[in-house]
Amino acid sequence: MTTEPTTENATGTGTARVKRGMAEMLKGGVIMDVVTAEQAKIAEDAGAVAVMALERVPADIRAQGGVARMSDPDLIDGIIGAVSIPVMAKARIGHFVEAQVLQSLGVDYVDESEVLTPADYANHIDKWQFTVPFVCGATNLGEALRRITEGAAMIRSKGEAGTGDVSNATTHMRKIRAEIRQLTAMAPDELFVAAKELQAPYELVAEIARTGKLPVVLFTAGGIATPADAAMMMQLGAEGVFVGSGIFKSGDPAKRAAAIVKATTFHDDPDVLAKVSRGLGEAMVGINVDDIPEPHRLAERGW
Amino acid sequence: MTPRVTSTRLAPAGVDSAPATGRLTIGVLALQGDVREHLRAVAADDVTALAVRRPAELAQVDALVVPGGESTTMSNLAVAFELLEPIRARIAAGMPVYGSCAGMIMLAETVLDGRLDQRSFGGIDMVVRRNAFGRQVDSFETSLSVSGIAGEPFHAVFIRAPWVESVGPGVEVLARVEGGPADGRIVAVRQGNLLATAFHPELTGDLRVHRFFVDLVRAAR
Repeated sequence: MTTEPTTENATGTGTARVKRGMAEMLKGGVIMDVVTAEQAKIAEDAGAVAVMALERVPADIRAQGGVARMSDPDLIDGIIGAVSIPVMAKARIGHFVEAQVLQSLGVDYVDESEVLTPADYANHIDKWQFTVPFVCGATNLGEALRRITEGAAMIRSKGEAGTGDVSNATTHMRKIRAEIRQLTAMAPDELFVAAKELQAPYELVAEIARTGKLPVVLFTAGGIATPADAAMMMQLGAEGVFVGSGIFKSGDPAKRAAAIVKATTFHDDPDVLAKVSRGLGEAMVGINVDDIPEPHRLAERGW
Repeated sequence: MTPRVTSTRLAPAGVDSAPATGRLTIGVLALQGDVREHLRAVAADDVTALAVRRPAELAQVDALVVPGGESTTMSNLAVAFELLEPIRARIAAGMPVYGSCAGMIMLAETVLDGRLDQRSFGGIDMVVRRNAFGRQVDSFETSLSVSGIAGEPFHAVFIRAPWVESVGPGVEVLARVEGGPADGRIVAVRQGNLLATAFHPELTGDLRVHRFFVDLVRAAR
Protein backbone atom coordinates (compact mmCIF):
# COMPACT_ATOMS: atom_id res chain seq x y z
CA MET A 1 0.00 0.00 0.00
CA THR A 2 1.68 3.16 -1.12
CA THR A 3 -1.16 5.61 -1.31
CA GLU A 4 -2.92 7.82 1.15
CA PRO A 5 -5.90 6.42 3.05
CA THR A 6 -9.35 6.58 1.57
CA THR A 7 -12.71 5.73 3.04
CA GLU A 8 -12.90 2.70 0.75
CA ASN A 9 -12.46 -0.74 2.25
CA ALA A 10 -8.99 -1.75 1.07
CA THR A 11 -7.82 -5.35 1.18
CA GLY A 12 -4.43 -6.91 1.80
CA THR A 13 -1.51 -6.05 4.08
CA GLY A 14 0.03 -2.68 4.94
CA THR A 15 -3.18 -0.67 4.57
CA ALA A 16 -3.59 2.59 6.44
CA ARG A 17 -6.30 0.93 8.51
CA VAL A 18 -4.16 -1.96 9.74
CA LYS A 19 -1.26 0.42 10.43
CA ARG A 20 -3.38 2.90 12.38
CA GLY A 21 -5.44 0.08 13.88
CA MET A 22 -2.32 -1.50 15.37
CA ALA A 23 -1.76 1.70 17.37
CA GLU A 24 -5.43 1.68 18.46
CA MET A 25 -4.75 -1.70 20.07
CA LEU A 26 -1.89 -0.23 22.11
CA LYS A 27 -4.10 2.45 23.68
CA GLY A 28 -4.16 2.67 27.45
CA GLY A 29 -0.86 0.84 27.51
CA VAL A 30 2.82 1.43 28.20
CA ILE A 31 5.61 0.89 25.66
CA MET A 32 9.00 0.43 27.31
CA ASP A 33 12.54 1.00 26.01
CA VAL A 34 14.66 -2.13 26.42
CA VAL A 35 18.26 -2.85 25.46
CA THR A 36 18.45 -6.59 26.17
CA ALA A 37 16.21 -9.66 25.91
CA GLU A 38 16.21 -9.85 29.73
CA GLN A 39 14.87 -6.32 30.00
CA ALA A 40 12.24 -7.13 27.37
CA LYS A 41 11.04 -10.03 29.51
CA ILE A 42 10.87 -7.80 32.60
CA ALA A 43 8.79 -5.33 30.58
CA GLU A 44 6.42 -8.05 29.35
CA ASP A 45 6.13 -9.48 32.88
CA ALA A 46 5.14 -6.02 34.11
CA GLY A 47 2.32 -5.71 31.57
CA ALA A 48 3.90 -3.60 28.82
CA VAL A 49 1.84 -3.58 25.59
CA ALA A 50 5.02 -3.41 23.50
CA VAL A 51 8.75 -2.89 23.83
CA MET A 52 11.08 -0.54 21.97
CA ALA A 53 14.31 -2.38 21.14
CA LEU A 54 17.38 -0.16 21.14
CA GLU A 55 21.09 -0.33 21.83
CA ARG A 56 21.27 2.44 24.39
CA VAL A 57 18.47 4.16 26.28
CA PRO A 58 18.25 7.91 25.63
CA ALA A 59 19.95 8.78 28.95
CA ASP A 60 23.04 6.85 27.82
CA ILE A 61 22.93 8.27 24.30
CA ARG A 62 22.91 11.69 25.91
CA ALA A 63 25.74 10.84 28.33
CA GLN A 64 27.97 9.07 25.82
CA GLY A 65 27.43 11.33 22.83
CA GLY A 66 28.50 10.37 19.33
CA VAL A 67 26.25 9.36 16.44
CA ALA A 68 23.30 7.22 17.55
CA ARG A 69 22.02 4.78 14.91
CA MET A 70 19.63 1.88 14.37
CA SER A 71 20.36 -1.10 16.65
CA ASP A 72 22.26 -4.21 15.61
CA PRO A 73 19.84 -6.70 13.95
CA ASP A 74 21.11 -9.44 16.29
CA LEU A 75 19.95 -7.42 19.26
CA ILE A 76 16.54 -6.82 17.68
CA ASP A 77 16.20 -10.50 16.74
CA GLY A 78 17.06 -11.48 20.30
CA ILE A 79 14.34 -9.23 21.69
CA ILE A 80 11.77 -10.39 19.10
CA GLY A 81 12.57 -13.96 20.14
CA ALA A 82 12.27 -13.24 23.85
CA VAL A 83 8.74 -11.79 24.05
CA SER A 84 5.31 -12.36 22.53
CA ILE A 85 4.21 -8.71 22.66
CA PRO A 86 4.88 -6.30 19.74
CA VAL A 87 8.45 -5.11 19.25
CA MET A 88 9.23 -1.61 17.96
CA ALA A 89 12.61 -0.25 16.90
CA LYS A 90 14.06 3.14 16.05
CA ALA A 91 15.36 4.43 12.73
CA ARG A 92 17.13 7.76 12.27
CA ILE A 93 15.03 10.64 10.91
CA GLY A 94 15.14 10.38 7.11
CA HIS A 95 17.08 7.09 7.10
CA PHE A 96 14.77 5.07 4.89
CA VAL A 97 17.25 2.22 4.54
CA GLU A 98 17.40 1.66 8.29
CA ALA A 99 13.60 1.49 8.10
CA GLN A 100 13.80 -1.04 5.26
CA VAL A 101 16.12 -3.19 7.39
CA LEU A 102 13.79 -2.97 10.39
CA GLN A 103 10.82 -3.98 8.23
CA SER A 104 12.82 -6.94 6.95
CA LEU A 105 13.56 -8.00 10.55
CA GLY A 106 9.83 -8.15 11.25
CA VAL A 107 9.56 -5.35 13.79
CA ASP A 108 5.95 -4.37 14.42
CA TYR A 109 6.42 -0.58 14.42
CA VAL A 110 9.26 1.73 13.39
CA ASP A 111 9.91 4.86 15.44
CA GLU A 112 11.45 7.52 13.18
CA SER A 113 13.09 9.07 16.16
CA GLU A 114 14.81 12.30 17.14
CA VAL A 115 16.56 10.32 19.89
CA LEU A 116 18.89 8.98 17.18
CA THR A 117 21.10 11.32 15.16
CA PRO A 118 19.18 12.53 12.08
CA ALA A 119 20.34 11.11 8.75
CA ASP A 120 18.63 13.78 6.63
CA TYR A 121 18.17 17.37 7.76
CA ALA A 122 15.62 18.15 5.03
CA ASN A 123 13.41 15.11 4.51
CA HIS A 124 11.68 12.60 6.73
CA ILE A 125 11.06 9.04 5.52
CA ASP A 126 8.25 8.57 2.96
CA LYS A 127 6.37 6.22 5.24
CA TRP A 128 3.67 5.37 2.68
CA GLN A 129 6.26 3.18 0.94
CA PHE A 130 6.34 0.69 3.81
CA THR A 131 4.18 -2.21 5.00
CA VAL A 132 5.40 -1.70 8.57
CA PRO A 133 3.71 1.23 10.37
CA PHE A 134 5.61 4.24 11.76
CA VAL A 135 5.34 6.34 14.89
CA CYS A 136 6.87 9.83 14.86
CA GLY A 137 7.45 12.50 17.49
CA ALA A 138 5.88 15.94 17.47
CA THR A 139 6.13 19.08 19.57
CA ASN A 140 3.06 20.79 18.09
CA LEU A 141 0.08 20.13 15.84
CA GLY A 142 1.71 21.28 12.59
CA GLU A 143 4.60 18.87 13.10
CA ALA A 144 2.17 16.03 13.91
CA LEU A 145 0.17 16.75 10.74
CA ARG A 146 3.29 16.84 8.55
CA ARG A 147 4.31 13.43 9.89
CA ILE A 148 0.81 12.06 9.27
CA THR A 149 0.94 13.45 5.73
CA GLU A 150 4.20 11.53 5.24
CA GLY A 151 2.43 8.36 6.38
CA ALA A 152 2.95 8.16 10.15
CA ALA A 153 0.26 5.90 11.66
CA MET A 154 0.84 7.02 15.25
CA ILE A 155 2.12 10.22 16.89
CA ARG A 156 3.87 10.71 20.20
CA SER A 157 4.90 13.87 21.95
CA LYS A 158 8.67 14.31 21.80
CA GLY A 159 9.23 15.56 25.30
CA GLU A 160 12.93 15.65 26.11
CA ALA A 161 14.14 12.05 26.06
CA GLY A 162 16.69 10.75 28.55
CA THR A 163 16.13 13.45 31.15
CA GLY A 164 13.49 12.14 33.54
CA ASP A 165 12.11 15.69 33.31
CA VAL A 166 8.48 15.53 32.21
CA SER A 167 8.08 19.26 31.59
CA ASN A 168 8.65 19.18 27.83
CA ALA A 169 6.26 16.26 27.33
CA THR A 170 3.69 18.32 29.21
CA THR A 171 4.35 21.34 27.02
CA HIS A 172 4.04 19.29 23.82
CA MET A 173 0.87 17.48 24.86
CA ARG A 174 -0.78 20.70 25.97
CA LYS A 175 0.29 22.45 22.77
CA ILE A 176 -1.04 19.72 20.45
CA ARG A 177 -4.33 19.44 22.32
CA ALA A 178 -4.77 23.22 22.52
CA GLU A 179 -4.13 23.66 18.81
CA ILE A 180 -6.71 20.95 18.06
CA ARG A 181 -9.26 22.73 20.27
CA GLN A 182 -8.56 26.01 18.49
CA LEU A 183 -9.27 24.41 15.10
CA THR A 184 -12.61 23.07 16.30
CA ALA A 185 -13.67 26.60 17.25
CA MET A 186 -12.75 28.20 13.92
CA ALA A 187 -15.13 29.33 11.21
CA PRO A 188 -14.80 27.28 8.00
CA ASP A 189 -13.24 30.19 6.10
CA GLU A 190 -10.53 30.53 8.78
CA LEU A 191 -9.28 26.99 8.23
CA PHE A 192 -7.48 27.91 5.01
CA VAL A 193 -5.15 30.28 6.86
CA ALA A 194 -4.90 27.83 9.75
CA ALA A 195 -3.60 25.21 7.31
CA LYS A 196 -1.08 27.70 5.95
CA GLU A 197 0.14 28.57 9.44
CA LEU A 198 0.31 24.94 10.53
CA GLN A 199 2.16 24.13 7.30
CA ALA A 200 -0.14 21.16 6.85
CA PRO A 201 -2.58 20.08 4.13
CA TYR A 202 -5.95 21.81 4.24
CA GLU A 203 -7.90 18.52 4.02
CA LEU A 204 -6.22 17.18 7.15
CA VAL A 205 -6.75 20.47 9.02
CA ALA A 206 -10.44 20.52 8.03
CA GLU A 207 -10.83 16.90 9.17
CA ILE A 208 -9.40 17.72 12.60
CA ALA A 209 -11.58 20.81 12.90
CA ARG A 210 -14.56 18.51 12.29
CA THR A 211 -13.58 15.53 14.48
CA GLY A 212 -11.65 17.28 17.26
CA LYS A 213 -8.91 14.66 17.24
CA LEU A 214 -5.95 13.46 15.25
CA PRO A 215 -6.76 10.74 12.70
CA VAL A 216 -4.13 8.57 14.42
CA VAL A 217 -3.43 7.62 18.01
CA LEU A 218 -1.54 10.14 20.17
CA PHE A 219 0.86 8.81 22.82
CA THR A 220 3.21 10.71 25.08
CA ALA A 221 6.97 10.25 25.39
CA GLY A 222 10.06 11.98 26.68
CA GLY A 223 10.95 12.29 30.35
CA ILE A 224 8.25 10.10 31.95
CA ALA A 225 9.83 8.59 35.09
CA THR A 226 7.08 7.96 37.66
CA PRO A 227 3.54 6.56 37.83
CA ALA A 228 2.30 10.09 38.51
CA ASP A 229 4.09 11.38 35.38
CA ALA A 230 2.34 8.75 33.26
CA ALA A 231 -1.04 9.47 34.85
CA MET A 232 -0.66 13.22 34.36
CA MET A 233 0.08 12.76 30.66
CA MET A 234 -2.99 10.53 30.33
CA GLN A 235 -5.13 13.14 32.08
CA LEU A 236 -3.73 15.71 29.65
CA GLY A 237 -5.10 13.63 26.77
CA ALA A 238 -2.41 11.13 25.86
CA GLU A 239 -3.84 7.79 24.74
CA GLY A 240 -0.86 5.81 26.04
CA VAL A 241 2.71 6.18 27.26
CA PHE A 242 6.24 5.52 26.08
CA VAL A 243 8.77 5.19 28.87
CA GLY A 244 12.38 5.35 27.79
CA SER A 245 15.15 5.60 30.36
CA GLY A 246 12.72 6.00 33.26
CA ILE A 247 12.36 2.29 34.00
CA PHE A 248 15.73 0.65 33.49
CA LYS A 249 17.67 3.64 34.88
CA SER A 250 15.74 3.37 38.15
CA GLY A 251 16.46 1.40 41.32
CA ASP A 252 13.81 -1.35 40.89
CA PRO A 253 12.85 -1.61 37.20
CA ALA A 254 10.37 -4.52 37.54
CA LYS A 255 8.41 -2.82 40.28
CA ARG A 256 8.47 0.60 38.65
CA ALA A 257 7.42 -0.86 35.29
CA ALA A 258 4.41 -2.62 36.83
CA ALA A 259 3.49 0.54 38.74
CA ILE A 260 3.57 2.70 35.60
CA VAL A 261 1.36 0.16 33.76
CA LYS A 262 -1.22 0.30 36.56
CA ALA A 263 -1.01 4.08 36.79
CA THR A 264 -1.69 4.39 33.05
CA THR A 265 -4.88 2.30 33.26
CA PHE A 266 -6.08 4.00 36.46
CA HIS A 267 -4.73 7.44 35.53
CA ASP A 268 -7.85 9.15 36.91
CA ASP A 269 -7.95 7.30 40.25
CA PRO A 270 -5.71 8.99 42.85
CA ASP A 271 -6.22 6.13 45.34
CA VAL A 272 -4.73 3.63 42.92
CA LEU A 273 -1.97 6.10 42.00
CA ALA A 274 -1.06 6.57 45.66
CA LYS A 275 -0.93 2.82 46.19
CA VAL A 276 1.25 2.03 43.19
CA SER A 277 3.61 4.96 43.85
CA ARG A 278 4.79 3.49 47.19
CA GLY A 279 8.14 1.82 47.71
CA LEU A 280 9.46 2.01 44.16
CA GLY A 281 13.03 2.78 45.17
CA GLU A 282 15.13 5.40 43.44
CA ALA A 283 13.71 7.09 40.34
CA MET A 284 16.20 7.83 37.57
CA VAL A 285 18.40 10.73 38.67
CA GLY A 286 17.39 13.00 35.84
CA ILE A 287 18.54 16.22 34.29
CA ASN A 288 16.58 19.47 34.18
CA VAL A 289 15.84 20.30 30.56
CA ASP A 290 16.87 23.91 31.27
CA ASP A 291 20.38 22.71 32.15
CA ILE A 292 20.86 21.18 28.69
CA PRO A 293 22.33 23.62 26.16
CA GLU A 294 19.86 24.06 23.31
CA PRO A 295 21.99 22.38 20.63
CA HIS A 296 21.87 19.20 22.71
CA ARG A 297 18.11 19.12 23.09
CA LEU A 298 16.68 16.19 21.15
CA ALA A 299 13.22 17.72 20.74
CA GLU A 300 14.73 20.34 18.42
CA ARG A 301 15.50 17.58 15.92
CA GLY A 302 12.84 17.15 13.24
CA TRP A 303 10.65 19.90 11.92
CA MET B 1 -21.35 8.59 16.21
CA THR B 2 -25.13 8.78 16.29
CA PRO B 3 -26.71 6.21 18.56
CA ARG B 4 -28.62 3.64 16.56
CA VAL B 5 -31.72 1.71 17.38
CA THR B 6 -31.11 -2.00 17.60
CA SER B 7 -32.16 -3.77 14.45
CA THR B 8 -34.24 -6.89 14.85
CA ARG B 9 -33.60 -7.94 11.27
CA LEU B 10 -30.17 -9.24 12.23
CA ALA B 11 -31.29 -11.35 15.16
CA PRO B 12 -29.35 -14.58 15.52
CA ALA B 13 -30.99 -17.67 14.10
CA GLY B 14 -33.40 -19.36 16.45
CA VAL B 15 -33.90 -16.25 18.54
CA ASP B 16 -37.28 -14.58 18.72
CA SER B 17 -36.80 -11.38 16.76
CA ALA B 18 -39.33 -9.36 18.79
CA PRO B 19 -37.22 -6.94 20.82
CA ALA B 20 -37.52 -7.15 24.55
CA THR B 21 -38.19 -3.81 26.16
CA GLY B 22 -36.05 -1.96 28.66
CA ARG B 23 -32.63 -0.38 28.72
CA LEU B 24 -29.51 -2.47 28.58
CA THR B 25 -26.16 -1.62 30.09
CA ILE B 26 -23.28 -3.14 28.19
CA GLY B 27 -19.82 -2.84 29.65
CA VAL B 28 -16.53 -2.64 27.79
CA LEU B 29 -13.55 -4.00 29.72
CA ALA B 30 -11.35 -0.89 29.96
CA LEU B 31 -8.05 -2.18 31.31
CA GLN B 32 -6.30 -1.55 27.98
CA GLY B 33 -7.06 -1.55 24.26
CA ASP B 34 -9.51 0.06 21.81
CA VAL B 35 -12.16 0.65 24.46
CA ARG B 36 -13.56 3.86 22.97
CA GLU B 37 -14.35 2.24 19.61
CA HIS B 38 -16.34 -0.54 21.28
CA LEU B 39 -18.16 1.89 23.57
CA ARG B 40 -19.26 3.81 20.47
CA ALA B 41 -20.19 0.65 18.61
CA VAL B 42 -22.54 -0.70 21.31
CA ALA B 43 -24.08 2.60 22.44
CA ALA B 44 -27.63 3.10 21.17
CA ASP B 45 -30.86 4.82 22.16
CA ASP B 46 -31.68 1.89 24.41
CA VAL B 47 -28.16 0.75 25.30
CA THR B 48 -25.91 2.44 27.84
CA ALA B 49 -22.23 1.72 27.25
CA LEU B 50 -20.06 1.64 30.38
CA ALA B 51 -16.29 1.34 30.76
CA VAL B 52 -15.49 -1.42 33.27
CA ARG B 53 -12.27 -1.37 35.31
CA ARG B 54 -13.57 -2.36 38.75
CA PRO B 55 -15.74 -5.13 40.22
CA ALA B 56 -18.37 -2.51 41.20
CA GLU B 57 -18.69 -1.47 37.54
CA LEU B 58 -18.91 -5.08 36.42
CA ALA B 59 -21.84 -5.54 38.78
CA GLN B 60 -23.81 -2.85 36.88
CA VAL B 61 -23.64 -4.41 33.43
CA ASP B 62 -25.93 -6.86 31.66
CA ALA B 63 -23.18 -7.92 29.29
CA LEU B 64 -19.51 -7.28 28.58
CA VAL B 65 -17.33 -6.57 25.55
CA VAL B 66 -13.65 -7.49 25.81
CA PRO B 67 -11.87 -5.18 23.35
CA GLY B 68 -8.89 -5.53 21.08
CA GLY B 69 -5.55 -4.87 22.70
CA GLU B 70 -2.70 -6.82 24.23
CA SER B 71 -4.04 -9.98 25.91
CA THR B 72 -1.01 -10.41 28.19
CA THR B 73 -1.53 -6.88 29.55
CA MET B 74 -5.26 -7.47 30.06
CA SER B 75 -4.54 -10.75 31.83
CA ASN B 76 -1.98 -9.09 34.10
CA LEU B 77 -4.30 -6.20 35.03
CA ALA B 78 -7.40 -8.40 35.39
CA VAL B 79 -5.54 -10.41 38.02
CA ALA B 80 -4.02 -7.37 39.74
CA PHE B 81 -7.33 -5.50 39.99
CA GLU B 82 -9.37 -8.55 40.99
CA LEU B 83 -11.56 -8.80 37.93
CA LEU B 84 -10.56 -12.26 36.71
CA GLU B 85 -12.64 -14.33 39.13
CA PRO B 86 -15.69 -12.00 39.14
CA ILE B 87 -15.81 -12.08 35.32
CA ARG B 88 -15.42 -15.86 35.30
CA ALA B 89 -18.27 -16.11 37.81
CA ARG B 90 -20.51 -13.86 35.70
CA ILE B 91 -19.72 -15.91 32.57
CA ALA B 92 -20.59 -19.09 34.48
CA ALA B 93 -23.87 -17.44 35.49
CA GLY B 94 -24.73 -16.75 31.84
CA MET B 95 -23.60 -13.16 31.25
CA PRO B 96 -23.23 -12.55 27.49
CA VAL B 97 -19.69 -11.56 26.45
CA TYR B 98 -18.30 -10.53 23.09
CA GLY B 99 -14.54 -10.53 22.53
CA SER B 100 -12.66 -9.15 19.52
CA CYS B 101 -9.04 -10.20 18.85
CA ALA B 102 -7.43 -10.04 22.33
CA GLY B 103 -10.99 -10.45 23.60
CA MET B 104 -11.26 -13.74 21.70
CA ILE B 105 -8.07 -14.91 23.41
CA MET B 106 -9.52 -13.93 26.79
CA LEU B 107 -12.62 -16.08 26.12
CA ALA B 108 -10.66 -19.17 25.07
CA GLU B 109 -10.42 -22.17 27.37
CA THR B 110 -6.98 -22.91 25.89
CA VAL B 111 -4.44 -20.39 24.54
CA LEU B 112 -1.42 -21.41 22.43
CA ASP B 113 1.70 -19.24 22.05
CA GLY B 114 0.73 -17.25 25.12
CA ARG B 115 2.76 -16.56 28.23
CA LEU B 116 2.94 -19.37 30.78
CA ASP B 117 1.27 -17.18 33.39
CA GLN B 118 -1.34 -15.82 30.98
CA ARG B 119 -4.87 -16.19 32.33
CA SER B 120 -8.08 -16.08 30.32
CA PHE B 121 -11.69 -15.76 31.41
CA GLY B 122 -12.48 -18.86 29.38
CA GLY B 123 -16.03 -19.88 28.62
CA ILE B 124 -15.71 -20.87 24.96
CA ASP B 125 -14.53 -24.43 24.44
CA MET B 126 -11.87 -23.61 21.88
CA VAL B 127 -8.14 -23.58 21.35
CA VAL B 128 -6.90 -20.15 20.19
CA ARG B 129 -3.45 -19.43 18.81
CA ARG B 130 -2.07 -15.95 19.60
CA ASN B 131 -0.53 -13.90 16.75
CA ALA B 132 -1.40 -16.83 14.48
CA PHE B 133 -1.27 -14.85 11.24
CA GLY B 134 2.21 -13.51 11.98
CA ARG B 135 3.65 -10.15 12.92
CA GLN B 136 2.29 -6.68 12.17
CA VAL B 137 3.59 -6.70 8.58
CA ASP B 138 1.22 -9.66 8.04
CA SER B 139 -1.82 -7.80 9.41
CA PHE B 140 -4.47 -7.51 6.69
CA GLU B 141 -7.99 -6.63 5.63
CA THR B 142 -10.34 -8.94 3.76
CA SER B 143 -14.00 -9.73 3.23
CA LEU B 144 -15.73 -12.79 4.62
CA SER B 145 -19.23 -14.00 5.31
CA VAL B 146 -20.35 -14.33 8.91
CA SER B 147 -23.11 -16.80 9.69
CA GLY B 148 -26.11 -14.96 11.16
CA ILE B 149 -25.07 -11.57 9.73
CA ALA B 150 -27.35 -10.74 6.82
CA GLY B 151 -26.40 -8.65 3.81
CA GLU B 152 -23.12 -8.11 2.02
CA PRO B 153 -19.91 -9.84 3.15
CA PHE B 154 -18.30 -8.41 6.29
CA HIS B 155 -15.14 -6.35 5.87
CA ALA B 156 -12.78 -7.82 8.44
CA VAL B 157 -9.62 -6.17 9.81
CA PHE B 158 -7.03 -8.55 11.28
CA ILE B 159 -4.23 -7.00 13.39
CA ARG B 160 -1.62 -9.40 14.80
CA ALA B 161 -4.73 -11.51 15.12
CA PRO B 162 -5.32 -14.91 16.67
CA TRP B 163 -7.18 -17.73 14.97
CA VAL B 164 -9.14 -20.65 16.38
CA GLU B 165 -7.25 -23.92 16.03
CA SER B 166 -10.12 -26.15 17.11
CA VAL B 167 -13.51 -26.00 18.77
CA GLY B 168 -15.43 -28.31 21.06
CA PRO B 169 -18.84 -29.80 20.22
CA GLY B 170 -20.92 -26.96 21.69
CA VAL B 171 -19.25 -24.24 19.64
CA GLU B 172 -20.80 -22.83 16.47
CA VAL B 173 -18.30 -21.66 13.83
CA LEU B 174 -19.57 -18.37 12.37
CA ALA B 175 -16.77 -17.40 9.97
CA ARG B 176 -13.63 -18.67 8.34
CA VAL B 177 -10.92 -16.93 6.33
CA GLU B 178 -11.78 -17.17 2.64
CA GLY B 179 -8.70 -17.61 0.45
CA GLY B 180 -5.02 -16.80 0.96
CA PRO B 181 -2.47 -18.71 3.02
CA ALA B 182 -4.80 -18.98 6.03
CA ASP B 183 -7.76 -20.19 3.95
CA GLY B 184 -10.34 -21.98 6.08
CA ARG B 185 -9.04 -20.84 9.47
CA ILE B 186 -11.82 -20.22 12.00
CA VAL B 187 -12.11 -16.52 12.93
CA ALA B 188 -15.57 -16.13 14.48
CA VAL B 189 -17.38 -18.41 16.92
CA ARG B 190 -20.33 -18.52 19.26
CA GLN B 191 -21.05 -20.72 22.22
CA GLY B 192 -24.32 -19.90 23.93
CA ASN B 193 -24.13 -16.30 25.11
CA LEU B 194 -20.45 -15.94 24.25
CA LEU B 195 -19.34 -14.50 20.91
CA ALA B 196 -15.79 -13.99 19.64
CA THR B 197 -14.14 -12.65 16.48
CA ALA B 198 -10.45 -12.62 15.60
CA PHE B 199 -11.06 -9.42 13.63
CA HIS B 200 -12.06 -5.89 14.65
CA PRO B 201 -15.56 -4.82 13.55
CA GLU B 202 -15.17 -1.78 15.82
CA LEU B 203 -12.61 -0.31 13.41
CA THR B 204 -14.76 -0.30 10.28
CA GLY B 205 -17.98 1.49 11.20
CA ASP B 206 -19.97 -1.61 10.16
CA LEU B 207 -21.93 -2.29 13.33
CA ARG B 208 -23.61 -5.55 12.30
CA VAL B 209 -21.55 -7.75 14.63
CA HIS B 210 -22.19 -5.43 17.58
CA ARG B 211 -25.93 -5.38 16.80
CA PHE B 212 -25.90 -9.15 16.57
CA PHE B 213 -24.38 -9.15 20.06
CA VAL B 214 -26.89 -6.64 21.43
CA ASP B 215 -29.71 -8.80 20.10
CA LEU B 216 -28.10 -11.80 21.75
CA VAL B 217 -27.94 -9.86 25.05
CA ARG B 218 -31.62 -8.91 24.75
CA ALA B 219 -32.60 -12.50 24.03
CA ALA B 220 -30.58 -13.69 27.04
CA ARG B 221 -32.47 -11.47 29.46
